[in-house]
Parts: sequence; C-alpha cells; structure tokens
Amino acid sequence: MESTIYQSSHRKIALGLSVVPGLGQLYNRQYVKGTFFLILAASFYIVFGDLLNMGLWGLVTLGEIVPRDHSIFLLVEGILAVIVLLFGLGFYAFNLCDAYKNGQKRDLGLKVSSLREQYHTLVDSGFPYLMISPGFILLVFVVVFPIIFVVLLAFTNYDLYHTPPARLVDWVGLQNFIDLVKLDLWRKTFINVLAWTIVWTFGATTLQIALGIFLAIIVNQKDLKGKAMIRTIFILPWAVPAFVTILVFSGMFNESFGVINKTILAALGLPAIDWMTDPFWTKVALILIQTWLGFPFIFAMTTGVLQAIPDELYEAATVDGATAWQKFTKITLPLVLYAVAPILITQYTFNFNNFNIIYLFNGGGPAVSGQNAGATDILISWIYRLTMTSAQYSKAAAVTLLLSLVVVSVALWQFRRTKSFKEEDMM
Amino acid sequence: MNMKRQKIIRLTLSYLVILAMTIVIVYPLLWVIGSSLNPGQSLSGSKMIPDHATFAHYKELFDTSKSDYLLWYWNSLKISTLTMIFSVILVSLTAYSFSRYRFIGRKNGLMTFLILQMIPNFAALIAIYVLGLLTKLIDTHLGLILVYVGGFIPMNTWLMKGYLDTIPKELDESARIDGAGHLRIFLQIIMPLAKPIIAVIALFAFTGPFADFILASVLLRSKEKYTLAVGLYDLVAKQFGSEFTTFAAGSVLIAVPIAILFLSFQKYFVSGLTAGGTKG
Repeated sequence: MESTIYQSSHRKIALGLSVVPGLGQLYNRQYVKGTFFLILAASFYIVFGDLLNMGLWGLVTLGEIVPRDHSIFLLVEGILAVIVLLFGLGFYAFNLCDAYKNGQKRDLGLKVSSLREQYHTLVDSGFPYLMISPGFILLVFVVVFPIIFVVLLAFTNYDLYHTPPARLVDWVGLQNFIDLVKLDLWRKTFINVLAWTIVWTFGATTLQIALGIFLAIIVNQKDLKGKAMIRTIFILPWAVPAFVTILVFSGMFNESFGVINKTILAALGLPAIDWMTDPFWTKVALILIQTWLGFPFIFAMTTGVLQAIPDELYEAATVDGATAWQKFTKITLPLVLYAVAPILITQYTFNFNNFNIIYLFNGGGPAVSGQNAGATDILISWIYRLTMTSAQYSKAAAVTLLLSLVVVSVALWQFRRTKSFKEEDMM
Repeated sequence: MNMKRQKIIRLTLSYLVILAMTIVIVYPLLWVIGSSLNPGQSLSGSKMIPDHATFAHYKELFDTSKSDYLLWYWNSLKISTLTMIFSVILVSLTAYSFSRYRFIGRKNGLMTFLILQMIPNFAALIAIYVLGLLTKLIDTHLGLILVYVGGFIPMNTWLMKGYLDTIPKELDESARIDGAGHLRIFLQIIMPLAKPIIAVIALFAFTGPFADFILASVLLRSKEKYTLAVGLYDLVAKQFGSEFTTFAAGSVLIAVPIAILFLSFQKYFVSGLTAGGTKG
C-alpha cells in the first residue's frame, strides 16, 4: 500500500474541506450528498447549539445562581447534550471518512459512485442500522440515559436539604460512598441490608430450585397416574400474577385476622406467630412465599428436560445392573442440571432484585431502630425507600451504583463461562 | 414380591408428597375465592366456605360510581397490549439485524445489550422519575409504555436472536437469489418461521407490565390512571382488613383470566424459552 503513487491529492483536499461537513463531498462532485450533509450540519448546529452550550456548562457547574438555575434540570440537559454531541461526532467522523475515501477513489482514477449507486449502497449497508435505530433510540433515552443519570447523581449531594429550585446541588466526589462506609447509621444499615439480600437471594432461590426439580422428578415417574392434572395444578402459582398472590399472602399472614394464625396454627395447637412484627418470622414467611411462587417455573423447565431424555439411556443402565439411585445420580441429575443451569442463574439475579415481594408483603418492615431501612429491606427496596420516602436521592444513587456493579460483574462472569459466548457466530 | 412392595411404597410416598403440595398450592387460592364471597367487609369473621355466599363485592367492583376497578382493569389491558405490540415490533427488528447482518458496531451492540439486560431498569427509578417530570410524561400512560418497551428490548433481543440463529441462513440466501428484497425476506420468510419465539416475547411483554408494581407506582400519580397492581395495592394498603373482601373479589377477577390465558399458552412458552434460552 505504501508504494501506491497517487496522481493527485484529491483525498487530502476533500478531507481538509470536510472540516465543514459537505464541502468535501461537493468537491468530490457528489452534489446531492454534499448539499444534504451541509444542510444536516447546519440544522444540527442551529437546533442543538444552545442545548450543547447550556448543557455542557450546566454539567460542569450544576448551576450558579438560585433560583435561576435548577441543578437537576441542568444535569439532565448536560447528559442530553453529551448524547447529542456523541451522535454529532459520529456523523462528523463519518463525513470525514467518506470525503477521504471518495477523494482516494478519484486519486486512483476510479469513478466516484453515482447518486443511484450511492442510494443502493446506502440501502444495502444501511438496512441493519435502519432496523435497529428505532429500538436503539428508545433504549438510549429510557434505559441508557437513566443509568448515566444515576451514575452521575451518585457523585452529588442531591437530597432533602439540597433540593432545587430552592437550593443548588453540587458535585461532592466520593462523599456518598465514604458516608456509606464511615457514618455509623449508614454503615450499619448498608451491612444489614446487604447481608439479608445475600441470605434472601441464596435461601429463597435455592429452595425454589430444589423443590422444583424434586417435584418434577417425582411427577415424571413412569407408573404415576394423572400426570397432566398434577402438572396443571403445580403450574398454578406461576399462572396467577405474583402481585395478587403476595397481597393475598400478606392477608393470610396478618397477625390479627390472618388465617394462618387464626385457623391453621390454632388447629395444630401451636401458638400464634408474629409474622409481621418479628423480623425473623417475616423473613421466614418471605422465603416460604417466594418458594411457593418460584418453584413452578423450575418445575416446568425440568419437566421439559426430563421428557427429552431418551429411554435408551435408562434401559442401557438397567442392562448394566444400575440401581435406581445410580440411574438418578448418574443420568437424570447431571442432564437436568446441565440443561437448566443458565436459567438458574437468572433466577438468582431475579430474586436479588425481587422488589415486589418485599414491598407488597410487608413494605420492607418491620422497622428496626438504629437503621434507616426495614428489617426485610433488600438493596432494591431500600433504594426505593430512600428515593420515595426519605428523599435521599444521592445516597440511593450510590447504592444503585454498587448494586449494579455487583449484578453486572456476577452476570458477566457467568456469561464468560457459557460456551455460546465464545462462539464467533453468536457474538 | 419385594420389587412390588418397593414400588407400592415409592408410589404411595410420591402421591403423599403430591397431595401435600396440592393442598399448599390450592389452599391460598381457594381461600381468596372464599373470602371474596363472604358478606361484610372485614376478614375477621369470614370463613373459607361462607354461610351466606354473596356476589356483592363483585357487583361493587363493577359499579363505576363506587370504585375505579374497571378503569384500572382497562388501563392495565391497554398498557399491556400496547407494550406487547411495540415490544414485538422493535425486538423483531433489532434481533433480526443482529442475527442476520454483519455490520460495524454489531459486536459492541450485542455486548451493550448483554450488560443492559442485567441492570433492572427500575434501578434507575430516580432518573426515570426526574426525566418524566421534565418531559411532562409523568402520570401518563405513554411515558409508562415507553419505559416498559425500552426495558424489554435488551433481554428479549437476545432471546429472539438465539432463536433466529437456529433458522438456516440458506433460506434467506436462496430467497435473495430469487430476487427478494431485505424487507420481503424479513417479513415473509423469517418472521413466519419465528412464530413460537414471537409468542413467547408477546406473552412476556404482556404479563410484564401487567404484573409490574414499582415503575407504575413511581410514574402514575392520579388514581384514575392506576394500573391493577397499583390500584389493588392501594385498595388493600389504605386500611388493611377493612376492605379485604372487596380486594379478594378484585384479585379473583385478575387471577382467573390471566391463569387461563397462561395455562393455554404454557406449552408454547416452555419450549420457546428453552430453545432460545439455552443458546443465548
């Protein structure tokens, strides 16, 4: 490539002219494209000029004068400005690249593509982008944008005492994270919530998985009658919307009129239990309810896998004189676990963020003295509490950031191990 | 003889376990139905099989002057249906491009989707709230639908891409040779073959908003805009116990249609999930 001798230097001139988007294309005699680029660049500048200027200023300062500047709106505008700027820079880079390439073509004595050809290449190579863009743009605004916002918020002091428009919000660096570790109230709460989140995630999920697999194997026995009916019944907890069942359960566990204390425990001759006010028993109830809610999913998956195991495997094992137990541990269990493993991980991450059950059952309560989260609050419901009831926005954002880091690193680690991730074609 | 006795013991134990589980599963469900038929509002005097069963609570729910229940039901159905339609369209488009085209940014795009699907989108609920305030989309169904659809894209794109990857590429190639355009291959060849996974994604996208509590409770402010989840919680949380029977009737009216819908789709559901899921 080094030895290519160019007859002319159209590529350099086109590149240079493209500092103003469109001029390079005009120079390359692609008039329609050039004009289009020029108009696009001009309108970009006219429409977004103010936003960029204002947004970037706001992002750095978060406002200077009360009540003219609303820090949070400035922050939002700032992020918007950065996103718009990135889109603009992408277009700009494309423009430079395009001018250079077409200039090079002319240098090499090749014909620059005509309008018709340009249109066809645009349609051909642009088709996937065209298909992705609606989803992508929505994703940027409702998913990526909020994430960036939360990440930035974690480094500010936005709370009840710094609420615009009466006050300004400032950048405080790592102060929120330092507070979480250093201030007694926050450290104690954080450690307690984290510990319960972990116990909850592993306890509830493992129990529902174990029960699901166990029942699937029992029901799948060949000589068992009424399989279809039993399966339908076992799927029921999954079929009823979870929020309905959780609310129903919170009525059943109610201490003063709940059927569990009034009828069931009384019938068994057991004393009533403080399901809603004793932290320990609330936790027990939560894990039991989640097991009830979660096992049908695992049950259905495992049943699907079991039905796919060929009978020959068992017949061969019988011929070789394997006992029922050996068949189970050497054939059934490995096959089931292998097939269901990827789904199991998602169950753990689901429960890690299972806000509904915690909030709907007992609102994260009962309250505990000396900490600003309830006894059964997991990280996600603690974030909700901090945001919606105590207006500790920046602390909530800091916790969200930590939570996301945990979830993402666990999930990435898991995906790295799965084979499909490595296959070239899959990615 | 010994073999036979073993078999009887094994089966008896199995049936006992199944019976116990059936009681545990069915009892709460029957209990709600029983409660909903009890006369009176409070639960304390109620019985599972009431002496004087009444449909009064159901009537009350259907009386629009007394309760917003029908409105909530309508809101939920509307939001879920629209979310389902938009999600299926957008997910099909993105999944198809990721599965069939090799373009610049594809790998990074897939990677981004993979990371994004791990962060639940309600984790950023402060941001969604502020953004809603700013764009005036708070307390509107449009805002809620947009958030739902956006949140569904990453995960379901992966699910659907996994399924589309299993449809042989030779199909599109031969169609291309026959002169079919991009859009035609997508709409007339691939999409009909992808029906099972589309059904799964549609069901996900429908039940997701239906069961969601957190986003709806953050974004919806006025009572007449509530979805069922928020409304029902409001009904029960305001004065727990004092309106429990009405709440129970409301629960039954939600649970029964959804359960029927779910059970009839369930076969589709599991097979589609395992096919796409193990690949992704």
